[in-house]
Amino acid sequence: MRPAAHAHPAPPPIGADDAVIRVEGLEKTYASGFTALKNVDLTIRRGEIFALLGENGAGKSTLIGAICGLVRPSAGRILVDGHDAVADFRSARTKIGLVPQELHVDSFERVMDTVSFSRGLFGKPRDAAFVEGVLRDLSLWDKRDAKIIALSGGMKRRLLIAKALAHEPTILFLDEPTAGVDVELRREMWRMVHRLRERGVTIILTTHYIEEAEEMADRVGVIHQGEILLVEEKTALMRKLGRRELALHLREPLAAIPDAVARPALSLDPEGRTLTYVFDSQSEDTGIADLLRRLAEAGIEVRDLATSESSLEEIFVSLVKGRPS
Amino acid sequence: MNLNGIRAIYLFEMNRFRRTIMQSVAAPVLSTSLYFIVFGSAIGSRIDTIEGISYGAFIVPGLIMLTVITESLTNSSFGIYLPKFQGTIYELLSAPVSAVETVIGYVGAAATKSVLIGCLILATARIFVDYTIVHPLWTAAFLVLTCTAFSLFGFIIGIWADSFQRLQLIPLMVVTPLAFLGGTFYSITMLPEPWDTIALLNPVLYLVSGFRWSFYGVADVAPAVSLAMTFVFMLVCLAIVAWIFKTGWRLKS
Repeated sequence: MRPAAHAHPAPPPIGADDAVIRVEGLEKTYASGFTALKNVDLTIRRGEIFALLGENGAGKSTLIGAICGLVRPSAGRILVDGHDAVADFRSARTKIGLVPQELHVDSFERVMDTVSFSRGLFGKPRDAAFVEGVLRDLSLWDKRDAKIIALSGGMKRRLLIAKALAHEPTILFLDEPTAGVDVELRREMWRMVHRLRERGVTIILTTHYIEEAEEMADRVGVIHQGEILLVEEKTALMRKLGRRELALHLREPLAAIPDAVARPALSLDPEGRTLTYVFDSQSEDTGIADLLRRLAEAGIEVRDLATSESSLEEIFVSLVKGRPS
Repeated sequence: MNLNGIRAIYLFEMNRFRRTIMQSVAAPVLSTSLYFIVFGSAIGSRIDTIEGISYGAFIVPGLIMLTVITESLTNSSFGIYLPKFQGTIYELLSAPVSAVETVIGYVGAAATKSVLIGCLILATARIFVDYTIVHPLWTAAFLVLTCTAFSLFGFIIGIWADSFQRLQLIPLMVVTPLAFLGGTFYSITMLPEPWDTIALLNPVLYLVSGFRWSFYGVADVAPAVSLAMTFVFMLVCLAIVAWIFKTGWRLKS
């Protein structure tokens, strides 16, 4: 964000103790009796990009809502840059910008007006130059006088980001920023997040795409049924999640896997038409080359092949299984 | 105090008002003028004076009250219901604005609109009927108080409502009948027993009576009682609004 760059100090060094958000023992039980968050502890470091990974209904939005003031916690405490999110909500919320998952916009407002409104609402005096900078950064400046109803979906999403940035927050929440967004826009969103981070903004995003967490995050937290299952450096997690499958569809069915080809990670489907090979995509030698060579030597012809990542759901299952109950 | 926040909400609402000027200003002024033409100029000349006031002039304060009450409710309830309906309420809930600031912004804007409409109607009425104002400061006070109290009430309705139908329910089914029966078109002394006593249970009666007193110096109930009732009504609304924000009722899950 060019015009604003001077307004922000250089990002401070990231230290393990430099917590910008601290969530302690957070619980949320809705009036219906549904418990959306169970004893959540979470620390977000200053200046990092944190990805909260979870399926739909896992509690991602409830957790964000509780930090931002949309959800009333049943128990626990939230500190935003040292300020209690309930008792000292003014100081806490001034630091936070929130981009909701749904495209909630005032259809009949104009782009410029709605961004200026957001800035005022968060207590900042008018600053036409700053708002212009935000709109330019998000390629919305040409649309500044357009009614929101006339914007495309992608523009509306960028507008929500502009609104969230209008009051110069140091923490930005992006709830499913790329849900239902086309590939090009998603890439643009990622670039924008990285630019913001360079300015020192801490970014917390939720997603259910592993690819997105992999592309963007410094650290990843996995939430499942209202519980934080793990929080890890992305690189460490990706190694764990790096399990891939190679499916080999055979021209002729096999009765059994020949000894010359057999290895522990290789299995044959009951019909004998598909060989499945599990490998670690992060390792130096995946063993694929060797497998294919031996199949050729054994005269087994492959009709088609496909690789797939282990799905988030599978990862969840393995994480849940691995936990002491 | 987040003054920038209050200003943002207030201007946002006034902006919406300006955008919809035909519905929000022209429509109420026109429809009230029709009353003045029909009851004031046309039929009014055949009706006796009430307490020495010509019928056309007698209904001016009541009709202004009827309109500003309805407008306050509609504008205020719509103002807070719309963000709920559109989902844009997330921004208000996540903003560093307190309950008091939110209410000042929304209710202040709605009350401002109603006061403006009230003044416009007062000016328009002059074209059709001849009226006097004995206590102009009290006229202003009653107008502002009533607009504020019913804008607060409208704010509560807007938070309570979960559909456009419900949003209209109370203004149409409760407030309009109360306003019509609250002595807008007649003095309750003209009612037979027991209806004149029953009419005293109608809170709108006190507003109309007090407002009319400020015009002509005559009233169905003592002006002090009218003023006290308006304050009580406003305090009840304030208490409910305070409770809403304390519990997050219909705003936060």
